[in-house]
Amino acid sequence: MSVDLVSDDMQRRRAIPLFDGGLARRGFALNAMCFSFNDRANREAFVADEEAYCAKFGLTPEQRDAVARRDVLAMLEAGGNVYYLAKLAGIFGLGVQDLGALQTGMSVDEFKAMLARWADKVPADARVALCANFGEAV
Amino acid sequence: MAKIIGGYFTSHVPGIGGAIVRGDQETPYWKPFFAGFPPIREWLAEAKPDVAVVFSNDHGLNFFLDTMPTFAVGAAAQYDNADEGWGLPVYKSFAGHPALSWHVIDALVRDEFDITTCQKMLVDHAVSIPFELIYPGAESWPIKLVPISINTVQYPLPSPKRCLALGRAVHRALTSWGGDERVLVCGTGGLSHQLDGPRAGFMNPEYDLFCLDNLAAHPDALTGHSAEQVAELAGTQGVEILNWIAARGAMGDAAMCEVSRNYHIPISNTAAASLLLEPA
Repeated sequence: MSVDLVSDDMQRRRAIPLFDGGLARRGFALNAMCFSFNDRANREAFVADEEAYCAKFGLTPEQRDAVARRDVLAMLEAGGNVYYLAKLAGIFGLGVQDLGALQTGMSVDEFKAMLARWADKVPADARVALCANFGEAV
Repeated sequence: MAKIIGGYFTSHVPGIGGAIVRGDQETPYWKPFFAGFPPIREWLAEAKPDVAVVFSNDHGLNFFLDTMPTFAVGAAAQYDNADEGWGLPVYKSFAGHPALSWHVIDALVRDEFDITTCQKMLVDHAVSIPFELIYPGAESWPIKLVPISINTVQYPLPSPKRCLALGRAVHRALTSWGGDERVLVCGTGGLSHQLDGPRAGFMNPEYDLFCLDNLAAHPDALTGHSAEQVAELAGTQGVEILNWIAARGAMGDAAMCEVSRNYHIPISNTAAASLLLEPA
């Protein structure tokens, strides 16, 4: 792969952004705490004493503040990875549409309506189900 | 040699599991998605696979960032699900096929794929939901599992090209196996979706349909992008298409028939799809 293409991909990682080494290093403590929430006892310990539980995992001040404010975008900025953050969100009773609404500034209903509107982008002639050429080699 | 009888591909959104538990399959929201599965079940009733080689990605149940393998092959006698953090009902365990797993592992490393080997591996909804969809209500799974986990969490991710090559190497491994198992190859996840960031809720039907239209006959067409480009096109979790690409590779390069296809927007935050291919 040429230097230019590698550079393009590194720019994509920053622009989207994508969870690479930089974010993985920054977010390790926060993600480790979220990973611990696979155990019910740990979820209960967090709810019982959030401050102490965050301290146990050594969250950075930026991470602690983001968790305290339930600020998903700030958690991501602090290196949180959504696969792990989803377990923290569960403690707060938030599903992925709630997370989407929080991150985009929409209401949950607006966010759900936005999701449904993507169906309008499916071309009319697209093959979205089994069609007449059943069993035909392609 | 093992006989590869087909390739089954499906989205694995956690909410599908909730819909099954609630019995929501016939509700207006869920019906267009679940409608994709009766043809697959009918085909399975005839085809009767006894092993499933499943390409999927872990969602922070088995792997953490302390040790993140790019490709990991399970070699366990049993694979359990566990609480994924939401306290939901735990899915049924799978019986493994350690002898076949070790054959695949030996063949892959000989083929210069330096995979990670897991004699213990928890499997999450990405493995369980696809089988809940095709064997609804089963008391135990009628297939033994060989799980192959692809890192879609932490960049650098393997490229689509590398995932297709991995799948093709798995195909060579299966064709050099001495047993007569009937193997169903599975790829789970996708299609386009993004859960995180200001672009949360993003989907891309055009890219999804490009994948669906080319996977059977022209899988190499899906390898023209880097993993980063796929994330840009399909959303940050849409990169789970890597599992589909690898699974397609494991079917081999013979011509394929499309037995079933279903594409529906939205299920949860995801453009959802199911696809069944069989050798022509």
